[in-house]
Amino acid sequence: MTEKTFMAGFGGQGIISLGQLWVYCGMKEGKEVTFFPFYGAEKRGGVARASVIVSDHEIASPLVTSPDSAVVMNMDSLPLCEEVLKEGGTLLINSSLVKVDTKRKDAKVIKIPCNEIAEEIGDVKIANMVMMGALSKATGAVALDKLEAILKSFFPENKHKFIPMNMKAIEAGRAAVK
Amino acid sequence: MAEEKRLMKGNEAIAEAAIRAGCTAYFGYPITPQNELTAYMAKHMLDHKRTFIQAESEVAAINMVYGAAAAGARSMTSSSSPGMSLKQEGISYCCGADLPCVLVNVARSGPGLGGISPGQADYFQSTRGGGHGDYFHLVLAPKSVQEAAELTYEAFDLADKWRMPVMILADGLIGQMMEGVNLPAQRDLATLPKKPWAAGGQAKDHRPINHVTSINLVPAELEASVKARFKRYDEIKAQEVRYEEVNIDKAELVLVGYGTGARVALGALEMAKKLGIEVGLLRPVTLWPFPEKRVAELAAKGKKFLAVEMSMGQMVEDVKLAAAGKAEVNFYGRCGGMIPTEEEVLAEIRRLLKK
Repeated sequence: MTEKTFMAGFGGQGIISLGQLWVYCGMKEGKEVTFFPFYGAEKRGGVARASVIVSDHEIASPLVTSPDSAVVMNMDSLPLCEEVLKEGGTLLINSSLVKVDTKRKDAKVIKIPCNEIAEEIGDVKIANMVMMGALSKATGAVALDKLEAILKSFFPENKHKFIPMNMKAIEAGRAAVK
Repeated sequence: MAEEKRLMKGNEAIAEAAIRAGCTAYFGYPITPQNELTAYMAKHMLDHKRTFIQAESEVAAINMVYGAAAAGARSMTSSSSPGMSLKQEGISYCCGADLPCVLVNVARSGPGLGGISPGQADYFQSTRGGGHGDYFHLVLAPKSVQEAAELTYEAFDLADKWRMPVMILADGLIGQMMEGVNLPAQRDLATLPKKPWAAGGQAKDHRPINHVTSINLVPAELEASVKARFKRYDEIKAQEVRYEEVNIDKAELVLVGYGTGARVALGALEMAKKLGIEVGLLRPVTLWPFPEKRVAELAAKGKKFLAVEMSMGQMVEDVKLAAAGKAEVNFYGRCGGMIPTEEEVLAEIRRLLKK
């Protein structure tokens, strides 16, 4: 199993955090992982992008050029993801912010209203965690079981109070994938 | 119990490995894409009661490295391409004075200020003695975050063993990406090699003064010292060459790449295999000394080569030198911060093999 994922959204949506946490969980589940953020000279408001790979084997190129799955967190990211997604790949779309249909008819499309789900749980900032739950269910690359212990080792102690909310978001994201 | 595997950026893993290797003095100046390295050292060197200085420039930083190394410290600096160019004068002085130190180049694209995206166009500068005068120093090229940590850790010992600067030549991708890493053990500073040649402290044990310098105005003496150093280079070439091979035996075509280029080449090799095309990979870990004997052996066996680089073709010249006209040597590269894709390299393989 090798799952290559491309993630994109606007700066501030937590794309980098999502990618990091995804590979951290993968590593804790015994997988080989690589996370490469696109680093540019932008500050706020630009498109944030990350390439992540989770695999049972040594990972060759850390660059994701034709991803198995792509995460589209906002409108601007849709064309980027449509361009690179491999034939028949999985497109996970944050339908709270992306109101149009994809042109990629070959793709397996999963629409998750991440912002609405996150707001119901208590904070729109955890929309990225909703998406992570969906990504886990859709790809199976990272199981995200034993989540609490992993999150506790990922976040510093003073952030531990937010872990239950994050776990709820991940669960909700998972449940939203039919 | 063994320490848990950590998820780290290459830059941070290099910094942590340096601290664990017993780096006692670090001097840096900010530049993208290596900033996390300097930032990490700023944060953690003082915890270990070691020296961290953000110098006023790259030139100042490398001269501080020279001074600290001359006084016996495990001394280090890091930068990225334009900053490494500024350090070349100091590196030449370190080589001329036989000073051990560790230099890290998290290379970006050039020439000039170029861009901040990954590049491998500093190969010539790194492997040919980038400053003035006749000299070389060890150059190690990590392919992953794990190897970046391991090679940095070893670089300090190699520097002391051979009394020369050792360069870690990474690139922006190795520096910026995160992977799992098992970190090496913390060295006890009391176990580090003694340096009886270092300057200072003579009053304490009543020994003669040690002069640490690269200057010698007597041509015959200077020639003799340069020649003695080149004898040491021969020993290094005999003992320290390192490379990794994948699928060489079955292959008619051998890809040659280092660092990120080798990762891309490995991906292309795997894709080719799925199509029933067998190619090999030779990945130099030491860029100086270059695995020239191994290339010559493979050339004599009738293998063809394809060098894959993030430059307009620099390492390929070492492949050609080693193959000495006995093998076909091809090149594929991207530059300006573009990274070759596995698909592009595969297409080049198929074009060359007509498969």
